[in-house]
Amino acid sequence: MTHPIDPLIEFKHVNKWYGAFHALKDINLKVQTGERVIICGPSGSGKSTLIRCVNALESYQEGELVVNGHTLGDDLKATQAVRQHVGMVFQQFNLFPHLTVLENLTLAPEKSQGLSKSRAQETAFEELHRVHIAEQADKYPAQLSGGQQQRVAIARALCMKPKIMLFDEPTSALDPEMIQEVLDVMVELAQAGMTMLCVTHEMAFARSVASRVILMDQGQMIEEAPPEVFFNAPKHPRTQAFLSALHRP
Amino acid sequence: MNTLPSPPSPSPSLTSLPVHPKLAGSHEPCDDQERAQVFQEIAARSVPVEHKGLPERLRQLSQFILTQPIEALLTLGLALLALQLLSLALNWGVLHAVFQIDEGACQSARGEGACWGMVGEKFRMILWGRYPYAEQWRCALSCALALGMLGWSVGSKAWTSKLRTITLWAWVITGLVIQALMSGNFLGLRVLPLWPSVETELWGGLPLTLILSLGSIALATPMGILLALGRTSEMPIIQSICVLYIELVRGVPLISVLFMASFMFPLLMPTLQTPDVLIRVLLGITLFSAAYTAEVVRGGLQAVDKGQLEAAQSLNLGYWQTQRHVILPQALAHIIPGMVNNFIAIFKDTSLVTIVSLYELTGALGLALNGDANWRPYKLEGYLFIAAIYFFFCFALSRVSQNLEHRLANR
Repeated sequence: MTHPIDPLIEFKHVNKWYGAFHALKDINLKVQTGERVIICGPSGSGKSTLIRCVNALESYQEGELVVNGHTLGDDLKATQAVRQHVGMVFQQFNLFPHLTVLENLTLAPEKSQGLSKSRAQETAFEELHRVHIAEQADKYPAQLSGGQQQRVAIARALCMKPKIMLFDEPTSALDPEMIQEVLDVMVELAQAGMTMLCVTHEMAFARSVASRVILMDQGQMIEEAPPEVFFNAPKHPRTQAFLSALHRP
Repeated sequence: MNTLPSPPSPSPSLTSLPVHPKLAGSHEPCDDQERAQVFQEIAARSVPVEHKGLPERLRQLSQFILTQPIEALLTLGLALLALQLLSLALNWGVLHAVFQIDEGACQSARGEGACWGMVGEKFRMILWGRYPYAEQWRCALSCALALGMLGWSVGSKAWTSKLRTITLWAWVITGLVIQALMSGNFLGLRVLPLWPSVETELWGGLPLTLILSLGSIALATPMGILLALGRTSEMPIIQSICVLYIELVRGVPLISVLFMASFMFPLLMPTLQTPDVLIRVLLGITLFSAAYTAEVVRGGLQAVDKGQLEAAQSLNLGYWQTQRHVILPQALAHIIPGMVNNFIAIFKDTSLVTIVSLYELTGALGLALNGDANWRPYKLEGYLFIAAIYFFFCFALSRVSQNLEHRLANR
């Protein structure tokens, strides 16, 4: 894996507060092109907040966050430039219920990238094939299972041809038997070299695709290590406690 | 099988027998003999059937009277009262009514029966107001056009994704054609010398009601949407302007808005070339109902999940793109009943323009009868006549809304 000099995502001493609540504490993180970084941790630890900062769904108060060469802040242009190249997949899918699967996929490429309808549909079908769901193109989201909806959501993000994909607990709202089909698609995406920042509790997935695994607790990054170190020889006692809690039957 | 008790472990004596474990549960070995002795067959009960024959009805009725005598008496009393009212209405409205245009017959039937002849005598005045008699076909044609468009919009085809745009444009064109027909001019230009031009102050009756209500519905809806977006926006100045406007206008009666539009506006701005009174009143009703529409739309906006906005943002859709393609389609689908409620209220509120000397349907009725001593006593018949017209249009509007709801629910 070649690492360009500039990291795609760089957090420099980022701090964020919700009122008096200190949500992110001195976050320092670099993600290089092609890296797959998995973030885990207990609920309320700031993992989602961190990932949502990357495409400016959340703002931060201190430090600096540079994504794809643009510093995120009050500058609307920078925000738009970043969002153009950062795709996001949500826990609750957030598909547009009044549009068909195909319309969900073509809306943003047509409106924000100015693609022609036929060109946008072409891309849409490519991405639907990639997530193995092309036959459902004319259905409405409510007619699909949770796993299918989440795969459509992944395809919708991919239609923007992003450099970075953010996953915010993509399998947490799914029935157990549908988790694997979504993870399979994410593994394929990782194998294709996509830069991924992913909040998840699927440790087997983390073990198999992650370049690095991060544990967050109370707004801080407690441990950051390659998966073989993270899972087999974690340094921090909090990580050990977290992992043993996961492995408890 | 979940409802059965869990099978007890088979006793050693039975283990050799090929008994299915499920059967073993229902045959407890120790009770087997005892059960066989007390066994009695219960005859199958007849399937419950709804008896519809007269004897059954009478039996139910007699039981009702016997068991609930007070309720039975009340029912009887109310039934008699209803019958009495029905016969009164029938006597007055049909049996003793005068249908021909005969003033003398009406006079002798006064108090006994309705004088529908009055409607026959005065219907042109009621329907078309003071519009020049010879030109009233233009009113009729305008109303027919509006009715035709309403009929089309009630139909199930009008709001499919293919025809929706065409339907909307057809309404715009219908509006322009009606304007040209009624005035004899096209948007103020004298380009139709075929027909004499008619001043708007002579417009009246049903066309005026339709123009005011449909026109202000068409203008108030987009304005209400913009106000709602402004009120929910994060820009403090725009937000406070919208809040101020909505609260101010909602706190004022429509009548005072109409007074302002028709009398105060020219007084306050004497130097300006004031627009036509009809336009001023139309704008007054529009500005008024936009405030109500805005609050209905705001309810719809708040019902859309926050995740929809985040998804649109993550796809780099701009504010207007997000509203136009993601938020509003969902919000408006939620609020069809509230919007139609609003439309119906606007339709009936147009009757208030009488006070500023515009004689729409209700005003035209007064115009037709007040000056004519012979027919003046028969106002009730006139009000029933225009009530039927109001009901017809409000019912049509409610059908349009049901149609839209059905269409949106079925996708």
